[in-house]
Amino acid sequence: MSDIILEVDDLVKHFKTRRGTVRAVDGIDFSVERGKTLGLVGESGCGKTTVGRTILRLIEPTSGRILFEGRDITKLHKSGLRSYRREMQLIFQDPYSSLDPRKTVSQIISEPIIANKLFRSKREVDDRVAELMATVGLAGRLFNSYPHELDGGRRQRVGIARALAVEPKFIVCDEPVSALDVSIQAQILNLLKELQMLFGLSYIFITHDLSVVHHISDEVAVMYLGKIVEKAPTEELFENPLHPYTKALLSAIPIPDIRHKRERILIRGEVASPIDPPPECRFARRCDHAFDACKEHPELREVSPGHLVACHLMDSQ
Amino acid sequence: MNEKDLVLDLKNLVVRYETEGGIVRAVNGLDLQIRRGTSVGLVGETGAGKTTTALALLRLVPDPPGVVECERMELDGHDLLSMSESELEKIRGKDISMIFQDPMTALNPVFTVGEQIAESIYLHEDVSYAEAQKRAAEMLEMVGIPGERAAEYPFQFSGGMKQRVVIAIALACRPKLLIADEPTTALDVTIQAQVLDLMQNLRRQYQTSLIMITHDLGIVAEICDEVAVMYAGNIVEKGTLEDVFLRTKHPYTEGLFNSIPYIKDRRAMLTPIYGLPPDPTRLPEGCAFRPRCPYAGDDCTQPQTAHRISDTHYVRCSAYYSRPGFHIKRGADNP
Repeated sequence: MSDIILEVDDLVKHFKTRRGTVRAVDGIDFSVERGKTLGLVGESGCGKTTVGRTILRLIEPTSGRILFEGRDITKLHKSGLRSYRREMQLIFQDPYSSLDPRKTVSQIISEPIIANKLFRSKREVDDRVAELMATVGLAGRLFNSYPHELDGGRRQRVGIARALAVEPKFIVCDEPVSALDVSIQAQILNLLKELQMLFGLSYIFITHDLSVVHHISDEVAVMYLGKIVEKAPTEELFENPLHPYTKALLSAIPIPDIRHKRERILIRGEVASPIDPPPECRFARRCDHAFDACKEHPELREVSPGHLVACHLMDSQ
Repeated sequence: MNEKDLVLDLKNLVVRYETEGGIVRAVNGLDLQIRRGTSVGLVGETGAGKTTTALALLRLVPDPPGVVECERMELDGHDLLSMSESELEKIRGKDISMIFQDPMTALNPVFTVGEQIAESIYLHEDVSYAEAQKRAAEMLEMVGIPGERAAEYPFQFSGGMKQRVVIAIALACRPKLLIADEPTTALDVTIQAQVLDLMQNLRRQYQTSLIMITHDLGIVAEICDEVAVMYAGNIVEKGTLEDVFLRTKHPYTEGLFNSIPYIKDRRAMLTPIYGLPPDPTRLPEGCAFRPRCPYAGDDCTQPQTAHRISDTHYVRCSAYYSRPGFHIKRGADNP
């Protein structure tokens, strides 16, 4: 039996605006196994960041259940929520804006330790900060440095050390390497993998970069306009994509190999507005295969073990 | 016209910024030649000097603090170095134009997109304003936007559409050389694919040469004929796609390839390049990559010169002439 750490059940987040309801997340289900990584992929505005924030209850869900180790965290109140947040942490996209510029590296990392009263004495806190810095590969001499003195890669390491400070079981990584150069990106991706092995962490890895998601995830869910359109184990998804959107997305990645020329599937147009979308399949207007059935939204269905697709083409074959 | 039909001939370009914090050595003796109709990928990480090189070509490096020195800078046989500001204004946007990284800030919010495209045509060509506007609408159609949207303002367009408008402005006067500075970095992959496709088609149609500035080797593989890899203000390796991708010679190029998550081999840990890029105010003596290079030896402290591998392939690494039989791992795997 698999050991599920997080289960999300019919999660919905709507934002009411003057122009109508933005259906940012519109009924999605997924689960994450302990010690594994679920990649959440999609383009700007597909709702992937909203999903990440809703799971942490930084944004309140409109409806749906979020079960963390069997407990429904949407029902938690203040004290329960505080202890829940110790189990689950967030690593942000932009290491330039997610660190307080007026605090030193050690102050930033010690903040969650002090807030959660994990250690009392100054000596113990400092020792723990030094240990965390060593874990994420930050030199001890940076203890009293300020964020502006650090490059992007080191800043992201500070963000990771801060997330690890409370010994979480689960980390939501929201585009943690998008702002970094490739050589630094590789260092951070390797670090995240090592930490996962070392502490048995589970990750949700949110990104628009399919090469990165392919590298780090065990399972991948592809989102389009608030819905999951396809979900499968990583190898299966990349070798046998079934949803027309996934296929187009995969074929659009530029591959740094000149012996590997592929036929590109260009999709027409752009992502439609998530404000009050019609009840048809959200991808239908850009889809080359759309037919009558697409007027109704397709359900996510299992087509082979672990491989789920929301597309009417699956029924017609 | 010169024998190799060069659109751009750049020799020994040096750009430094003289700031209070020290002298930032952004570009250090760069040579670059581009033949008519070809596209060259200028690859490197943040701070490698890619954008500064582009700005130097347009003579747009801010002075002060910027200081530009160059032995030769010729665009289609015309010497850019001796031109006056008014002569340069006639060339910018006509013979050489640039697409900037961020389409959100490259357009003027208070003019319609049609006016912004027409401005370039009206300034550079002997046409009436009405004619320029008509051609602006045609340019919009060329980049896949309905001509009647010429009367709309930038805020009414999405990111991908704005970048199409920027491309329309850049290509409106059919420049000989187009410099695209990370033109798709701010866009989603499916939109990136559309924009790259569009640029390729228009470029072929107009016979425009292209300098594609990017950090993405995947984009280079898809749209460039040649690659120049930059590190600390110089080109460390240059060659055709086959030269650089299959017969990689420079240790930094190898490091870049090893850092990229690669779709075919996912279990492997990535091999990052050790350490960080150098501080451009304090570049190491000799080879700037030496402190991070797994192959570094005593010979690397001497000034580096371009070493010829073949007619098309050059590498700036002294190991190739001071250590007989020297090769890097990647090069050996792909004989």
